[in-house]
Amino acid sequence: MTTESIPVIPTPGGSTARSRTNQSPAGERITGAAAVVRSLENLGVTDVFGLPGGAILPVYDPLMDSTKLRHILVRHEQGAGHAAEGYASSSGKVGVCIATSGPGATNLVTAIADAYMDSVPLLAITGQVFSTLMGTDAFQEADIVGITMPITKHSILVTRAADIQNAIASAYHIAGTGRPGPVLVDITKDAQQEEFDFVWNPKVDLPGYRPVTKANSKQIQAAAQLIGEAKKPVFYVGGGIIRAHAAEELRALAEATGAPVVTTLMARGAFPDSHPHHLGMPGMHGTVPAVLALQEADLIVALGARFDDRVTGKAALFAPHSKIIHVDIDPAEISKIRVADVPIVGDAKEVLADLTHTVEANFRETAPDYSEWWVYLNGLRDKFPLGYATPTDGLLAPQYVIERIGELTGPEGVYAAGVGQHQMWSAQFIKYERPNSWLNSGGAGTMGYSVPAAMGAKVAQPDRHVWSIDGDGCFQMTNQELATCVINNIPIKVAIINNSSLGMVRQWQTLFYDGRHSHTDLNTGHGTVRVPDFVKMADAYGCLGIRVEREEEVDAAIRLALETNDRPVVIDFVVSADSMVWPMVPQGVSNNYVQYARDHSPEWDEED
Amino acid sequence: MTTHVLSLLVEDKPGLLTRVAGLFARRGFNIESLAVGHSEIEGLSRITVVVDVDTLPLEQVTKQLNKLINVIKIVELEPAQSVQREHLLIKVRVDNSSRSQVIEAVNLFRARVIDVVTDALVIEVTGDSGKTQALLRVLEPYGIKEIAQSGLLAIGRGSKSITERVFKN
Repeated sequence: MTTESIPVIPTPGGSTARSRTNQSPAGERITGAAAVVRSLENLGVTDVFGLPGGAILPVYDPLMDSTKLRHILVRHEQGAGHAAEGYASSSGKVGVCIATSGPGATNLVTAIADAYMDSVPLLAITGQVFSTLMGTDAFQEADIVGITMPITKHSILVTRAADIQNAIASAYHIAGTGRPGPVLVDITKDAQQEEFDFVWNPKVDLPGYRPVTKANSKQIQAAAQLIGEAKKPVFYVGGGIIRAHAAEELRALAEATGAPVVTTLMARGAFPDSHPHHLGMPGMHGTVPAVLALQEADLIVALGARFDDRVTGKAALFAPHSKIIHVDIDPAEISKIRVADVPIVGDAKEVLADLTHTVEANFRETAPDYSEWWVYLNGLRDKFPLGYATPTDGLLAPQYVIERIGELTGPEGVYAAGVGQHQMWSAQFIKYERPNSWLNSGGAGTMGYSVPAAMGAKVAQPDRHVWSIDGDGCFQMTNQELATCVINNIPIKVAIINNSSLGMVRQWQTLFYDGRHSHTDLNTGHGTVRVPDFVKMADAYGCLGIRVEREEEVDAAIRLALETNDRPVVIDFVVSADSMVWPMVPQGVSNNYVQYARDHSPEWDEED
Repeated sequence: MTTHVLSLLVEDKPGLLTRVAGLFARRGFNIESLAVGHSEIEGLSRITVVVDVDTLPLEQVTKQLNKLINVIKIVELEPAQSVQREHLLIKVRVDNSSRSQVIEAVNLFRARVIDVVTDALVIEVTGDSGKTQALLRVLEPYGIKEIAQSGLLAIGRGSKSITERVFKN
């Protein structure tokens, strides 16, 4: 996407940063393109991921001279989007990606949709064709504002250089505040080329955007009252707690109340896995104690969670005897799926602090007794711990590999998963102790998220070990970013959990389609033609490639990866294709039917 | 399901109507009528939208609309606390024998004839949907050739204005 065919002769001198020297009383005479770079710099952005093309060319010229912005040239715009997401999710900062018009912009769409579903603060800047050509089906023209309307928190089309700083500052503000999300700024090429007098004085004038952060004190009191009256409460913690940087406040609240905690796929790490109050992850592949705690609770305190169908199972049958306290910064999430008895709109960090304070005061008079509830839950914990069966085909157990990666790397690492079985095992078998250590595509379920997200995370957190735990299917969608990692010295570690198939789909085919494995075989693993050979591929990219086929090789390979920090590492873990993710709640039934199985294929006793 | 009238105060930005209409379609809500025009404040437009939903989905649609950055305020206008009008232009077939009857009906409904040719009249009527529907029923037998209808317009009764509290702070 680097061809330039716009029939207007560009003015190279006019679009460079070298022209910034013309000082005038009204400001510096610079181009809109330079204003893009200056705006990002002034907002404190230090890293951007992108790929140039015709309609964004003017911006790339001053970008070359910037000493404050590090631009990382990706190999595919989707990689730029996911890298910006990984950057944001691992650091809490706004991630920034840049692409050209048309296909450059549409290649960002998947990442933007992903960021929308998972509330990732993302600023996407795209070039647009000349405003005079818009609407004429010009070369590389796409209505990216229109295309992304349903998947962005907001979007802004800019056609004048003078509007650039306001647009970027507003977009940056919107992306990172309230419920975070992706914001797109689409800038026409003439706006980029236009010269104007620049003074950094952005106006963020958004009369329709005022996120409520401080909760109503009556609602806090009502919530504390319900918590005091409950016999079987549970904190249902979602990704909002991580986005709100409220992990410490959550811990204080959990300890003040003594109630159990479950953390959703998006919230892994929001509450330490080692904490005795933690029952694990709820949902389709959640732990039995977490699933049943929600299902049988008399009070669910939902914190930055949105009652996703993968958590509730059949929503009409979810937690039938429970009252609901729902805390969220987005009022639209409250009572969307399940009506809340006590709705609380606010920033989780403030709400949890207020709630803890109120609960502590109330409990000084009468503290509730949850001991019976804990006896029941601890019984479930003893009876149904997370576990897995050793594959009968003699190949590696994928769960073992993932567990060892977590154990040898430790809680200070960052783990970015793709989507599928390996994602679920990574959520289950790695022990998370801190927020922002677990990155994944939860809502959108985007295969291909892992490698670029890990790359972005490593840029944001250069001192941490960053793992991409990927499937052989996912890896083949975005592994071109290994080139970006090698060239830019971003030494991520990739663990391919290679079961030679689209594993999760295969698991469903095994369970629900009579074992007819239609088009899920990828021929990358044991006993196949190995196309591609991941070790050779790693080698071709200049990464350290390792193949591991036996249990006794696992630790050594992980250790070697941890010690190798001068280049990316790719480990091809050749695992059994028959391993399945358990426990499991089949789709569309009540969570009461959670199946806990160590066997390969249990009998389903009930289904609707 | 019941009909609700929502009045939206919005920033007059490109694509705003697409955002609003798209949101309704995406979330599965039906728009019965839509009217858009300038408000009394420059740069702000007012959208009157009629939706046919139950109370809980209405709350959801209102919240989702509120999330649109360019939407500044939403109020539901209850029929008793507001004035609601729609505007119709109706082209009716007439001949020498029916013309006077049609004009009589027009007068009874306090509508107006705004164009006359030998074989047709164009009638303008303003009112709530009860009135406009009744006029249509009366005109039906003569032969309605064409109808152009505006979306419902609504404004709260009394001296308060939707924009009043928005810009105090």
